Amino acid sequence: MSAVLKDAWNGLLDQAWLVPALLLIGFGLAFAIPEYNLLNKYIQLVLMYIGINIILTVSLNLVNGYMGEFSLAHAGFMAVGAYTAALLTMKVLPVAAYPVLFPLAVLAGGIVAAIMGLIVAVPSFKIRGDYLAIITLAFLMIVKSAIENIDYIGGPRGIPGIKRLTTLPWVFFWTVATVWMIRNFVYSKYGRGVLAIREDEIASDLMSVNTKRVKFLAFMLSSFCAGIAGALFAHLLQFISPRVFDIIKTTDVLIMVYLGGIASIGGSILGATAYTALMEVLRPSTMAALFNWLPDLIFDPLNQYIIQNLGVWRMVIMPLLLVLVMLYWPRGMMGQREFRGFIPRRDRDAYRRINAPVNAPGEKP
Amino acid sequence: MTLLEATQVRHLFGGLCAVADFNLDLQAGQLMGIIGPNGAGKTTIFNLITGVYQATEGSIRFKGTELVGLTPHQITALRIGRTFQNIRLFRDLSALDNVRIAHYAQADYSPLEALLHIGRYRREEQRIIDNSRRLLAIFKLEHLAGEMAKNLPYGLQRRLEIARALAIDPELLLLDEPAAGMNPNEIDQLMEFIQWIRTEFKLTILLIEHQMKLVMGICERIKVLDFGETLAEGPPLAIQNDPKVLEAYLGQESVG
Amino acid sequence: MVYWLQQMLNALQLGSIYALIALGYTMVYGILTMINFAHGDVFMVGAFFCFLAATYLGLPFVPTLLLTMIGAALVGVLLERLAYKPLRNAPRVSAIITALGLGLFLENFTLALAPYPKHIPPLLENVTWDMGGVSLSSLQVLIIFLSLGLMFLLDYVVHRTPVGMAMRAISWDKTFVPLMGIPVDLIISVTFAIGAGLAGAAGVMYALAYPVIDPYMGIMVGWKAFISAVVGGIGNIRGAMIGAFILGGVEIMVTAFFPSTYRDFVAFTLLLLLIVVRPYGILGKPRTQKV
Repeated sequence: MSAVLKDAWNGLLDQAWLVPALLLIGFGLAFAIPEYNLLNKYIQLVLMYIGINIILTVSLNLVNGYMGEFSLAHAGFMAVGAYTAALLTMKVLPVAAYPVLFPLAVLAGGIVAAIMGLIVAVPSFKIRGDYLAIITLAFLMIVKSAIENIDYIGGPRGIPGIKRLTTLPWVFFWTVATVWMIRNFVYSKYGRGVLAIREDEIASDLMSVNTKRVKFLAFMLSSFCAGIAGALFAHLLQFISPRVFDIIKTTDVLIMVYLGGIASIGGSILGATAYTALMEVLRPSTMAALFNWLPDLIFDPLNQYIIQNLGVWRMVIMPLLLVLVMLYWPRGMMGQREFRGFIPRRDRDAYRRINAPVNAPGEKP
Repeated sequence: MTLLEATQVRHLFGGLCAVADFNLDLQAGQLMGIIGPNGAGKTTIFNLITGVYQATEGSIRFKGTELVGLTPHQITALRIGRTFQNIRLFRDLSALDNVRIAHYAQADYSPLEALLHIGRYRREEQRIIDNSRRLLAIFKLEHLAGEMAKNLPYGLQRRLEIARALAIDPELLLLDEPAAGMNPNEIDQLMEFIQWIRTEFKLTILLIEHQMKLVMGICERIKVLDFGETLAEGPPLAIQNDPKVLEAYLGQESVG
Repeated sequence: MVYWLQQMLNALQLGSIYALIALGYTMVYGILTMINFAHGDVFMVGAFFCFLAATYLGLPFVPTLLLTMIGAALVGVLLERLAYKPLRNAPRVSAIITALGLGLFLENFTLALAPYPKHIPPLLENVTWDMGGVSLSSLQVLIIFLSLGLMFLLDYVVHRTPVGMAMRAISWDKTFVPLMGIPVDLIISVTFAIGAGLAGAAGVMYALAYPVIDPYMGIMVGWKAFISAVVGGIGNIRGAMIGAFILGGVEIMVTAFFPSTYRDFVAFTLLLLLIVVRPYGILGKPRTQKV
């Protein structure tokens, strides 16, 4: 019975119309939900954060999972994208043109972040491992203190009053676009080059992989996506400051990457979704709303002693969760595995057994 | 026709001279062996040819192109394939991916085409998959295509490494101790196998080996190194009887 | 001239606090080739232990210092035993991430228990001498000399005692050293204890010099100490000390000429450039990869 179900399921997954159909439905929902208020505003907000976190997680996974480096700079690239886009929408672009030009501002955020990605990519040619981690950390700190020292962009006070231009359809669009690009990159000669570098850099060079070019592209793509996420984030939160993009933000993304599992796009999507949802559930207001059906006798002490303190304690739970994942679940949800749907058909077929005997010349070895 | 030519190559590690005045004239289609005791600089020569190390002095030319100063992937893309003394497969990747990766330089598509999976990407990827499967089939590894390289037994790992080197579509193949860890029976098979790939893929082969049986059995020319210097060069028979070689390498007792 | 002397004195004070923390980074790296990113937070925990001992137990300076060092050492060993030891054979990235997570945990846990910044009561009477325009406080003298004393003690332990020899042996080789009868686990724990104890001492001194403490104080100071260790050549104990005084000097000089907000910018840019130009630091040795 289960075999039949499994075959039917796999057959369904192999349908060429499946992905476009799902995307179309998703897009339709992304438009319909805010238009007709199908879900309450808070859940819509959480959905948008999930989308942004998916972009961040999948793109960080490209460097930390597929390439096996350890980058701490992701929040820095995010900051670059956020500031670039926010400055464009607030100081450069005409107000009337917002709806049309917002995607351009987001794209600009991604492009500037990608250029900053070079600062990390170039040292990575020579330096690996711990020292590259330090370089990415230094980059993050430099971005942060550079922003703090530029008065034009608000210095340490940041930029308040950014227009809320990020909407559910836009988040959906950018999430799909960036995840699709990273997935395509991974299943190309460059993506295989990234994997080869993780395994053995010198051997990959000797197998004709242009390691510099591959690293260059991978870092650029990763930081480009982080910049996009930052731009969306800025226009959702409506306020950015250097403190928003500190090491804790990077740690958040790291948790999502390793929770979901390295070198897996599906895992990153799961990890980002699960973690974002968990953090929201642990908010005092959400918890109170979830449990207020309990009789007052139980609810009041629960609320007073536990729920209202969650604001701080969830910040304790978060890093503890990361440590526990590393200790007891090192592969995360999907470490180095992938949903069939994310693997291009050509790649899946490559492993299919050939029934007809191959016309092997010679009888060796 | 000279395929690979090294003239007066010198390499220093700090103050230590690893290779001194190395000269080589490898004719297209030839099968040449380099022998010498441990630390004689054999692997260093492979590393100099493939660009892992930059020669301190001298020139190495492949079909007239100067290799000194090029990076390893540039040199590899000129169609020079190699294996390693201690197997260096991509251990956590599948056998198929190991072979596919080596198609990097041949895969003719741009980053943009890769990002969008358009244009030449589709045709090239299909070609790479077909060729990789063909190579695995030739090496009797096709049923293990999805297996991680580290899970293969030692002998198959050696075979996969040669398959991967051939994925580069080399004219020149450098084999670094291909018979390491093999028993006499396996060495016989390997000798036959090397002969076979040589004709099948129209290869010129340069190999490093400790196993006298293999070197004497299949090489047309042999070069003897000791402490970075060339002791002798010639056909197997001449080498076997060269007194300098006997003394330095084979040892006086092992004559005969 | 007077101005410069004053600045140099400040640099020495800052440098010696960095040095005490940097030693912990460098010792752990030397022995396990692992960056213990939670180390800066052990320093913070030390400052809070100092606060507890001085306020709630009302202890004078010397017992406070000792108690803090012991407490911090315990925290260090606890981290090592519970989190790092199980990961010793895991990919190195796991250990780095775990360390980051533990650091964040210590910060937020302290924050949950102590939501507001704490004031350290003055443990010592601070006398200020005026020497031809250069003001020198007894606190500065104490910090500088106590740090130097601890550093020389550590240098002696590492280079002249059996424990130190075992540490150096383990950092050299982890496969065969256990076969020589050296209790590797114990020595690694001792290393963590010493490093954390020194960070605890640094916490006390920092708390004396800047008496308002908060749970996030360890982040920046920790990173700075880490930079010191890298500048000196991570894994090298004398290098860490030199690096710390260099960084202390650079930071004081930057604040002397620029707005103080440029300090971090300069410190991290320095780090970035140094790693690109000389990845193995001032006293470190380059590692070559064999093909």
